[in-house]
Amino acid sequence: MARPSYDVIVVGAGLHGLSCALNLAREGLKVVALDKDHPGRHASGVNAGGVRRLGRHEAELPLTMAALEIWHRIEQEVGDSCGFVACDQIKVAESGSEADTLQARLLRLRELGYDHEQWIDADELRRRVPAIAPHCVGAVLCAGDGSANPFRTVMAYRRAALSAGVEIRENCPALALSPAGSGWRVDTPQGPLDGGAVMNCAGTWGNTIARALGEPVPVTPAALMLMITERLAPFLKPVLGAAGRTLSFKQFDNGTLLIGGGHRGTAEPECNRSRVKMVGLSISAQTVGALFPQLADVRVVRSWAGLEGMMPDDIPVIGPSSRADGIYHAFGFCGHGFQLAPITGRIMADLLVRGHSGLPIEAFRIDRFAAADMAAMDTPEQRISA
Amino acid sequence: MVDPVPLLIMGSGPAGLAAAQEAVRAGVGALLLDEQPTGGGQIYRALGEATGERQKTLGTDYAAGAPLLTVLSAQCLDHQPGATVWEVSPDGTVYYTRQGQARAVSAEQVILCSGAMERPMPFPGWTLPGVMTCGAAQILLKGAGVFPASGAVLAGSGPLLLLLAKQLIGARARLAAVVDTTPADNYRGALKYLPGALRTPGYLLKGLSMIRTLSASGVPWYRGASGLEAIGDDAVAGLRFKVRGRQHEVACSNLFLHQGVVPNVQLSRSLGLEHHWDGLQRCWRPILDGWGASALERIAVAGDAGGIMGARAAEAHGRLAALGALNRIGVLSETERDRRAAGARAVYRREILPRPFLDRLYRPHPDYLQPADDTIVCRCEEVTAGQIRKYVELGCLGPNQTKAFGRSGMGPCQGRVCGLTVSEIIAQARGVPLEQVGYYRIRPPIKPVTLGELATLEQPEDA
Ligand SMILES: Cc1cc2nc3c(=O)[nH]c(=O)nc-3n(C[C@H](O)[C@H](O)[C@H](O)COP(=O)(O)OP(=O)(O)OC[C@H]3O[C@@H](n4cnc5c(N)ncnc54)[C@H](O)[C@@H]3O)c2cc1C
Ligand SMILES: Cc1cc2nc3c(=O)[nH]c(=O)nc-3n(C[C@H](O)[C@H](O)[C@H](O)COP(=O)(O)OP(=O)(O)OC[C@H]3O[C@@H](n4cnc5c(N)ncnc54)[C@H](O)[C@@H]3O)c2cc1C
Repeated sequence: MARPSYDVIVVGAGLHGLSCALNLAREGLKVVALDKDHPGRHASGVNAGGVRRLGRHEAELPLTMAALEIWHRIEQEVGDSCGFVACDQIKVAESGSEADTLQARLLRLRELGYDHEQWIDADELRRRVPAIAPHCVGAVLCAGDGSANPFRTVMAYRRAALSAGVEIRENCPALALSPAGSGWRVDTPQGPLDGGAVMNCAGTWGNTIARALGEPVPVTPAALMLMITERLAPFLKPVLGAAGRTLSFKQFDNGTLLIGGGHRGTAEPECNRSRVKMVGLSISAQTVGALFPQLADVRVVRSWAGLEGMMPDDIPVIGPSSRADGIYHAFGFCGHGFQLAPITGRIMADLLVRGHSGLPIEAFRIDRFAAADMAAMDTPEQRISA
Repeated sequence: MVDPVPLLIMGSGPAGLAAAQEAVRAGVGALLLDEQPTGGGQIYRALGEATGERQKTLGTDYAAGAPLLTVLSAQCLDHQPGATVWEVSPDGTVYYTRQGQARAVSAEQVILCSGAMERPMPFPGWTLPGVMTCGAAQILLKGAGVFPASGAVLAGSGPLLLLLAKQLIGARARLAAVVDTTPADNYRGALKYLPGALRTPGYLLKGLSMIRTLSASGVPWYRGASGLEAIGDDAVAGLRFKVRGRQHEVACSNLFLHQGVVPNVQLSRSLGLEHHWDGLQRCWRPILDGWGASALERIAVAGDAGGIMGARAAEAHGRLAALGALNRIGVLSETERDRRAAGARAVYRREILPRPFLDRLYRPHPDYLQPADDTIVCRCEEVTAGQIRKYVELGCLGPNQTKAFGRSGMGPCQGRVCGLTVSEIIAQARGVPLEQVGYYRIRPPIKPVTLGELATLEQPEDA
């Protein structure tokens, strides 16, 4: 029996994998997307849904701008609103020195030719967020960002990919990769799959493939945590962050509050799970208490953690393999890949079909890490098991 | 973080109290947490404070808890009432709130004795104000001595329905009706379990006595009722139902519902323990060994939280779990553990004999496991049975995916109320066994904790 063969095998059907698969199929290619679990089981389905350009790494600026454009017409892109609503993103300064840091960044952005981030003073901040604690001195505002519903977004991408002809295989881990003819063979429990090209969109597990190709990167798994409260009367329109503390804070239309921060839970990617650590959530609760003391009696109803791949320079790997033809990587999105997903798929399709992307992706090269970084990664506690 | 304790017992019902007794007897300083202001659990709730009059109303089974409650004054037991546990992590750290302060205690062994909860009974109108569970009504009766003097209807099935009827009649409440939904063929189905049940006849005798009280009281008692519908605009005003094809309607100002109890598995679920589906009781129970020990070496589960067994079996089970835990922390040798366990093991075996008969007899009416399309199933987010069936048509495979289609199970109760019903509906709509459909993934906190309380959690040095 002839083995099914594909133009492209996408490994990992999170949002980046689905977005790649969708864009490739729209180029007329025959695509299969595999997931060891199911689409949205990991970071893509459980994140905060922040569609944020605010505070992005310089290297990500062109990508985040291009992604936002797609977000604003996401319904045309994937046939569903994905729950996207445009709103301001705000990062508050609680002291003069925090304000200085934020303003220095604004200057730098101006030099680079960007003006999407704006300074607002204490009065303007209070006009936009009347409930904010009085000690806040000002903030950076990014108008026209927004937020979306992560799981709904995954489902929309999944449906769009299916109707563009992508085959999605769930509970189908890629176990091994080997050259086959002019392309690649991916072994799975459902049998071997042959493809002309392979896209590594395995998120936290991205190194599994990179290592197999002899180009591992220092990606470490992190369990990022979120919590949700009971419903409150509407009091907060923008999505809020803070300059001096890790916080992401927003109120949904249904009144519930979503609270996140950089505090991490327990990551166990080898067991496919993560768990919250209450001490970290307690710090987030303290942060909220400092900025909105009136929320002390609000009940937290649910918390969870999701696995994300973090990189030492806080930006993902995007681009072709440095070792092997026909392999492309897009993983390790460092806690801010949700917003970028619509554009990553576009970039990857361009790389494969046209050999280059119109967007600058040099900074995301897989071979950008020095030997020293790699040595550090080889300490046992940072190693992820393949 | 408070110093580690050797043994932490969560829940001060019969299981937790008996576990505490074994710890005291072994000279181990255990920590006993319960969110209620007084010990006793569901059955012996507020017994320590109850007047002679109230004890008389509530019956001899209630008063029988007194010897068990004496452990609460034991020197070496640290009893903390009013402590709401909202997270237990697999390493044995227990998080709780008491007097507005969040705390974390790590324990060498944790015994979860969180008891049972009532199985929800969804039908049109069940969310109207004035409708509550029999258990909630009984809590008012036990705790505050409060009950409606007249105009209450009790509907559903199970021992607690009859017990509450008897207790209310004893308190001289004038009940408007008792509407029993136990299907007629349950009696036939239960027959084959009768011989087993007769080996511990106490339960059946008690049941007969409740039935006699109810018959003699003159309260209208409808049997084999189905098609329930609570009516009323702002609050419940009456109950409609059918008996053998005939439509009835009874006016009421309070409607108390009950269709059995199921293990409270929120904690064992959030710990990620494996559960198996108990087809006879139609509920999930965590997988445990003969000492109530789970697959996690620091966590055991005892009493109704591990499977519905009733108060006396729960007491024996609590003892077994404590003895197992005391052995695991090296306080009791295996021989000593087994010696002390012999009595409790015999009680446990004897007391669970009537279970299959009771479980089969009071198996819920299919109407309330598979509610009609327009019935609200998830109360927090107001999701109907019909919506869940729609999700299945759209490709929803299990309870966790319903969250992608709507918001069932995402409210403050985290699916505690709708979880079983949602699984039942999906299983039937997909035409697969319920085991295959599974249950909600439960995320901490399993009880709401406020931001202010959470912020007070003491940080361990290494955080
Ligand atoms: C709690 C949390 C909050 C966040 N908040 C935001 C936010 O507000 N805004 C924002 O922009 N970003 C946010 N992020 C980041 C964002 O969610 C991620 O960057 C993004 O979802 C990554 O998508 P992905 O497809 O790369 O990874 P994933 O969603 O993890 O998908 C990777 C998939 O690959 C599969 N896989 C792995 N190995 C294999 C294999 N060998 N074979 C087959 N399949 C495999 C996995 O099962 C998985 O489904 C947040 C992340 C978390 C965890
Ligand atoms: C509403 C109701 C009423 C009942 N009434 C009777 C009756 O009158 N007669 C009878 O024979 N049987 C009755 N039963 C059955 C009875 O519950 C059991 O037979 C018996 O009480 C089981 O004992 P247990 O120790 O396993 O659990 P329980 O007695 O239920 O004790 C569990 C204890 O755990 C505590 N707890 C639970 N969760 C938490 C938390 N997160 N934090 C802190 N504490 C927590 C509870 O406050 C409770 O005190 C009733 C059951 C229910 C659900």
